Amino acid sequence: MSKVFVAGIGAVSPAGWNVAALRTALEKNEPLPVQTLPRPGWEKPLNVRLVPNPATRLEFLAHPRLRRSSPITHYAAAASLEALAGLRAKPDGKNPRLGVIACLQSGCVQYSCRFYDETLKNPATASPLVFPETVHAAPTSHVAALLENVALAQTLVGDPSIFLQGVALGAQWLAENRVDACLIFGADETNWIIADAFAHLDRRAIATAGAGAVCLSRDEKFSIGVELAAITDAHVFSARQNRTQAAQAMRAQLGTISGGEVLCDGLGVSPRADAAEQWAFADCANPRVSPKKIFGEGMMAAAAWQCVAACDAVAEKKSSSASISLVGSNQQAIGARFVRAEFGLSAAVPAGNIRP
Amino acid sequence: MLFPPKPSPAAPPRVVVTGAGMVTALGLGWKLNAEGFRAGRRAFRPVTHFDVSRQRVKIAAEVDLPEIFPATKLPAHKLNRLDRAGKMLLLAALEAWQQAGWEPREDYPLVLGTTAGGMTLGEAYYRQAIQTPHHQHGQATRSIQYQAQVQARAVFDALGCSGPTTIISNACASGGNAIGHAFDLIRSGQAERVLAGGYDAVGELVFSGFDSLQALSPTVCRPFDAKRDGLALGEGAAVLTLETLDSARRRGAEILGEVIGYGTAIDPHHLTQPQPQGNTTLNVMRQACAVAKISPAEVDYINAHGTGTVLNDASEALAISEWAGAGAATLAVSSTKASIGHLLGGAGAVEAVVSLMTLREQWLPPEVEFETPDPACQFPIVQKPQDAKVNVVLSNSFGFGGVNAALIFRRWP
Repeated sequence: MSKVFVAGIGAVSPAGWNVAALRTALEKNEPLPVQTLPRPGWEKPLNVRLVPNPATRLEFLAHPRLRRSSPITHYAAAASLEALAGLRAKPDGKNPRLGVIACLQSGCVQYSCRFYDETLKNPATASPLVFPETVHAAPTSHVAALLENVALAQTLVGDPSIFLQGVALGAQWLAENRVDACLIFGADETNWIIADAFAHLDRRAIATAGAGAVCLSRDEKFSIGVELAAITDAHVFSARQNRTQAAQAMRAQLGTISGGEVLCDGLGVSPRADAAEQWAFADCANPRVSPKKIFGEGMMAAAAWQCVAACDAVAEKKSSSASISLVGSNQQAIGARFVRAEFGLSAAVPAGNIRP
Repeated sequence: MLFPPKPSPAAPPRVVVTGAGMVTALGLGWKLNAEGFRAGRRAFRPVTHFDVSRQRVKIAAEVDLPEIFPATKLPAHKLNRLDRAGKMLLLAALEAWQQAGWEPREDYPLVLGTTAGGMTLGEAYYRQAIQTPHHQHGQATRSIQYQAQVQARAVFDALGCSGPTTIISNACASGGNAIGHAFDLIRSGQAERVLAGGYDAVGELVFSGFDSLQALSPTVCRPFDAKRDGLALGEGAAVLTLETLDSARRRGAEILGEVIGYGTAIDPHHLTQPQPQGNTTLNVMRQACAVAKISPAEVDYINAHGTGTVLNDASEALAISEWAGAGAATLAVSSTKASIGHLLGGAGAVEAVVSLMTLREQWLPPEVEFETPDPACQFPIVQKPQDAKVNVVLSNSFGFGGVNAALIFRRWP
């Protein structure tokens, strides 16, 4: 396997429409203020953290494919463009064969609710323009159309741990020379029904929205100084291995977290949901970054923010390495490590080449 | 470790299918489906699962689930929490598992394709939240159970095994992509055996969505017919057990067929419409042939995506004609969506099993309502039940969003 470098990162969060805003909020380490959404049939509204409107109109919204798209697509597109900006600014990075891997948990809930509501009221007037935007593949498709030179695309759904599965798949596509660079984004949007669901599952959780994106390349000249070092196996929750055991297995495979290494964890504000991860990293006194404590429960976006924060910590030279712990809600636990890139060293294992 | 992964083998291993299970409106299991497809039987009826009185179209190919489920290791209360989609997936997985004779292990990757997962539970959640907001019974369970990964976990629990799960949601290409991804996992040396499939149930939102687009046929679904006027929706699931040839031989397993090629790419032309000339379809068919190391002339039958919509079939017909060249004149093509409707995320997986049926049993599935070929079709559509010599089959799947997938299967001697 050849080395895999991080060529760019991007983020949209309740803090704003770029990585700098995410970084500032994480450094401040204070939960962002909450807003409210009305809950049909209830007097008391639901607490959420919404993505603020961008300071200026997003240029990409002029693209014909994005005019009617939902907020999740806007978040994904903005994070993706930010992650690709560095690569595209380089003379030989303008037209790489791109792979796009989208990771979603709830997906396009805003348009799904809207369309289903229209259906219940009168299916004869349900909007044909809205329905196609309800499918999980819609944000992937729009981002691919926006980026233009996408050779391969995949939309993965699951709990937030699959974001790292997406990163591993991107590295595999690079190794097999199916693409020159691979963009992996994680995104989710929120509305009253998502906040309502969290209210049923965990009253402390505050639903939020956004996206995070990581661009991978095998070419060191595109690197932002960060290299993918490891992604553990997917330690699944099963009849034989509960969530706590899976988190511990992931922790064991992730190995020693060296002094000074940043741990970007998935801890939020819920003792019950956090218990497995707390237990697995009980011995870890390293500096922590916990996006969910600052922004809320962003589902796949929160997993992507963890990854972006890890890459950013290494790129900004705050740490020579950063680990990620993703203990998913109902699927599996996966960990990863990014390190400061070491250029010029030969690949440890030759890249596979199974495709013609 | 997922990264760095195991080194790829110097030569990719051959990938064979040793188990296949399926559920469609034609019936439960391989035998009933094979009989139905072979005869070109059509399985449509008025929709019973939700109100269609105000819809333009009122039929679909619905599955009748058994009243009593086969015994599995899944506790009854967990089985009861599954929606129709999850139950169809479970039945298909059980059939494939039993046929394959795999022993329970903790490292079987499961790759599934679906567009909606447990969307019917999501619909129920929404209705209750709107109509009786203070009645919260069952809402927490629905909010968990509608997620596809929870349904996947139920499959593992029922079979008494587990492994990493990948759920692909490339719209109606999902099932084809799931099998292709499983094929890639084995060829790259990351797994020796993989469970793969696809599933979807007909739900109110999706039915209404296709009806709002006027994509549903108000008459009869007739893929590639010049008078075609839309698709028909269906539901179902299919699961295959894929493994290396070495693994199958070690176990003395019966081999149903070999997966020899897979191609996938994205068509950025439009969210719901294919590029009119079928460029991406042509690309993935060529990719799949290159992986399989065969020429189009070696393909005996194409199980087309063939939805019955004007735009899809025209684009696919042009791509197939261009791809096959002079060989198109004798290339047998049909779409089994004429029999069971469009299964969305389940379509590619179900059609993969149909492809295996044609290879195993040496017949071609007809479109019995087909009348007049579209001028773009340079190939014959199978119209009548017929036996045939079939050694290689290609199956196409395309989805909203533009992802295209092509799979190639070869007969096992």
